[in-house]
Amino acid sequence: MKTRMARSGVAALAAVTLISIAACSPPAKSTDTSSAGGVKASTATSATDLGGMAALVDAAKKEGTLNVIALPPDWANYGEIIKGFQAKYGLKVNSAQPDASSADEIAAAKNLKGQSKAPDVFDLGAAVANANTAMFTPYKVATFNDIPAQLKDATGLGVSDYGGYMSIGYDAGKVPAPKTVADLLKPAYKGKVALNGDPTKAGSAFSGVVMAALNQGGTADDISKGVDFFASLKKAGNFLPVDPTGATIESGQTPVVFDWDYLNVAQGKKLTGKMNWKTVVPAGAVVGGYYVQAISKDAPHPAAARLWEEYLYSDEGQNLFLKGGARPVREAAMVTAGTIDKAAHDALPKAVGTPVFLTKAQNDKANGYLTANWAKAIG
Amino acid sequence: MRLRAARRRKQTIFRRVVVGLTSVFFALPLLGMVEFTTRAPGGGRTLQTYATLFDFNVIDADYPELKTGILASAGLVLLTVAIMLVMLVPTMTWVRLRLPGMRRTVEFICLLPLTIPAIVLVVGLAPIYAWVAYFLGESSLWLAFAYVVLVLPYAYRALDAGLSAIDVKTLAEAARSLGAGWPTVMWRIILPNVRTAVLSASFLSVALVLGEFTIANLFSRDNLQVAINQLGKRDSSLATAAALAALVLAFIVLFGMSFVGARRHSRQPEEN
Amino acid sequence: MAKSPSTRASTGHKPVGALLGVLPFFAYTAIFLAIPTLIVVVGAFLDGNSRPTLGNLSALTQPQIVSAFIHSVVLSAVTAVLGAVFGALLAYAVSTAREGGALRRTMTSVCGVLAQFGGVTLAFAFMATVGSEGFLTHWLKNVGMDLAGTWLYEPDKGLVLVYTYFQIPLMLIVFLPAVEGLRPQWREAAESLGGSTWDYWRHVGGPILAPPFIGAMLLLFTNAFSAYATAAALISQGSPIIPLQIGGTLSSEVILGQENIGKAMAMGMVVIVAVVMTLYAVLERRTTRWLGR
Repeated sequence: MKTRMARSGVAALAAVTLISIAACSPPAKSTDTSSAGGVKASTATSATDLGGMAALVDAAKKEGTLNVIALPPDWANYGEIIKGFQAKYGLKVNSAQPDASSADEIAAAKNLKGQSKAPDVFDLGAAVANANTAMFTPYKVATFNDIPAQLKDATGLGVSDYGGYMSIGYDAGKVPAPKTVADLLKPAYKGKVALNGDPTKAGSAFSGVVMAALNQGGTADDISKGVDFFASLKKAGNFLPVDPTGATIESGQTPVVFDWDYLNVAQGKKLTGKMNWKTVVPAGAVVGGYYVQAISKDAPHPAAARLWEEYLYSDEGQNLFLKGGARPVREAAMVTAGTIDKAAHDALPKAVGTPVFLTKAQNDKANGYLTANWAKAIG
Repeated sequence: MRLRAARRRKQTIFRRVVVGLTSVFFALPLLGMVEFTTRAPGGGRTLQTYATLFDFNVIDADYPELKTGILASAGLVLLTVAIMLVMLVPTMTWVRLRLPGMRRTVEFICLLPLTIPAIVLVVGLAPIYAWVAYFLGESSLWLAFAYVVLVLPYAYRALDAGLSAIDVKTLAEAARSLGAGWPTVMWRIILPNVRTAVLSASFLSVALVLGEFTIANLFSRDNLQVAINQLGKRDSSLATAAALAALVLAFIVLFGMSFVGARRHSRQPEEN
Repeated sequence: MAKSPSTRASTGHKPVGALLGVLPFFAYTAIFLAIPTLIVVVGAFLDGNSRPTLGNLSALTQPQIVSAFIHSVVLSAVTAVLGAVFGALLAYAVSTAREGGALRRTMTSVCGVLAQFGGVTLAFAFMATVGSEGFLTHWLKNVGMDLAGTWLYEPDKGLVLVYTYFQIPLMLIVFLPAVEGLRPQWREAAESLGGSTWDYWRHVGGPILAPPFIGAMLLLFTNAFSAYATAAALISQGSPIIPLQIGGTLSSEVILGQENIGKAMAMGMVVIVAVVMTLYAVLERRTTRWLGR
């Protein structure tokens, strides 16, 4: 019986190996949605390639759907943007995985490749975007020239769409207003301060540490003071290792949150009447970050994806970002042209000081430092 | 008789104390959720969140994903329980009867789904589901195949406990010697005797399917928990209320299931 | 059990027909379990350019990963024991209730639901209860006890409590069928022979329940070992346990290209569970020998 067991075991293993070889290559399914129009759309690098905006709109309408990923409704006002896009063009937008990180978006595109639910467009942090350009297809929107050169890829592979500055959001009714990051070490903030994620995992948390470093006298090249700050915060018992969400803020579990200014502003808007949630960007420690928009190479709805980008970079789309407290990438051009939403523009949180945007080299250095020291600091 | 009465009394006290304390422990976090969802802006209590949740017109209009999610989960529950029972009960009985040497292998296979977190399992499941999508389409219902695998560890353990408690070999041999075919043995002899275990396995399957989030989310498909999560992005109070309602719904489903196949008579004394 | 006709038959016979009986199960698990696991394990040996390497395995020896493995094992073992002991007590208590009665139905249904209650919602429920602003914390402060502090977010305190919350119901569901297998006649027989409650449990109840008890504890261990969503919601800093480390390698937007190390960690988890299973098998063999079955 033992040999029979061994023989059947070997047979099973062989079968499994064979099947696994077959399974590793996904089936080649032809996903031609709209024959000639579809093929043209997936290689179009601008609206003119398709014959103009009207032709693009037609092709997109024929596709009928758009898959987006990782766009929570209160993130830079994406909720309204999606609604506006649906209303304007009559397309249905499937918004999947609102909690996904930038890396998760890429993973989803890989996992769902060839299926109709695969993401059409990405909204990524700069680091992930730069590392995955092989997954994108280039496209230049109509307003491409308005975008500053350092915020776009010259061929249109990945283009920034909105950004903001790192801020501290706080419940004005529960804690005193912090002016600098050092204020948070006071006993009034005991067990109250949360960071949006782990800086070795989440871009917003990473920028939060950089901001703390700048506010404590460090530089973009050396964020050790930021890590030290959080270590002292932990030692004082003020630091909460929990992940702040809408629910934790609303229920009062996380009265102070380090996050992008547009996110904190959105929380404040959502909680009007329930809580007085304010946002402050510490003076002299203005850390900025832009998010990058890209079209997936294997997008199941290529025309809709391109139309989406056209919408995002149009005046309407950019002003909707502004309404959500984010800084649209075409800000300078729109201010000059007078097409910017003045009221929303003036309502942006005041940022005193020169904004700091980390270069790739500074990013890598900071990453290395964090990997080596973060877990120890807050452990 | 005196002994029995005394023991019965002790048992009743023991039962009441243990169940009482455990119930308090279980209830506290749920009370926390209730407390959060009934907060009124001024500081009192309000049931407004629940009123919104059960206003079906509003839900249908503003949160269509909730309806799709509930329907998808309902289908997934039925499909998962059916596949799990049809596959696992005969297999485990068969292994006990004819292939006792395979018991450890089956046990390890049934524990494997729990050894790696779902977030990694998705990496391996992705090519499989590419094929499933190719042959069967992209409906959320086909997540049942993965759910059955997720449920294996729990169902196996429940069924194993039940099958250990009865003498499967003797029962089967007695039935076979009286001329019963294998289907009769399974359906009319074994199954009624492992009713509690089958119910436990089904309970866990239903609860798992209704509570599963990660795999459905990472494959961008609809189910109840994905819908509740989407809801949470817009309104955290409503989402917590919806999650609580989902727990109550699961409870009602399980409670109803416990009436299925009720014994018509008490347990018969068995020869050992 | 001693050699019965079936066992003797299966040792001598060609059990081809018998193997057919388990074919559906093996085919299904091959497609939906074995192959995905193999894909992950193979990934553990590839580098970023899909070339074979042992670098991921050596990455596993980094101190924070080793410490994460240790934390995970300890957390899972502690919550498995706590869940098993309290769950078994609960199972016994429920089994003394009238069969088909309201108490039994309610408890099993409640436990069925809570056994799979987890993730962000459970974490939030606990925060809303015993977090620094939780209602129980406030209530206890009024009564004089100060629960405040961030203990809820530490793996060895808060996480143990939260995990036990779903381990106990799971134990009930999985162990109740075994407890119900205890015949009341055995208890009466023991008593009529002059045995006390302790004697009954020591010589009859204990040995019979020991194998399913240990099996259930194994399930509880693996259940806690691979739990991810609840821990991720409570402890978003520092990844003290292995599932959080794996989540970090797959989802990090800051440190990229670590997915294969995550797969190596998953493989490590499988190895650890295999080791625990072997220990369990040895333990089970000992207890069955003790039983004399």
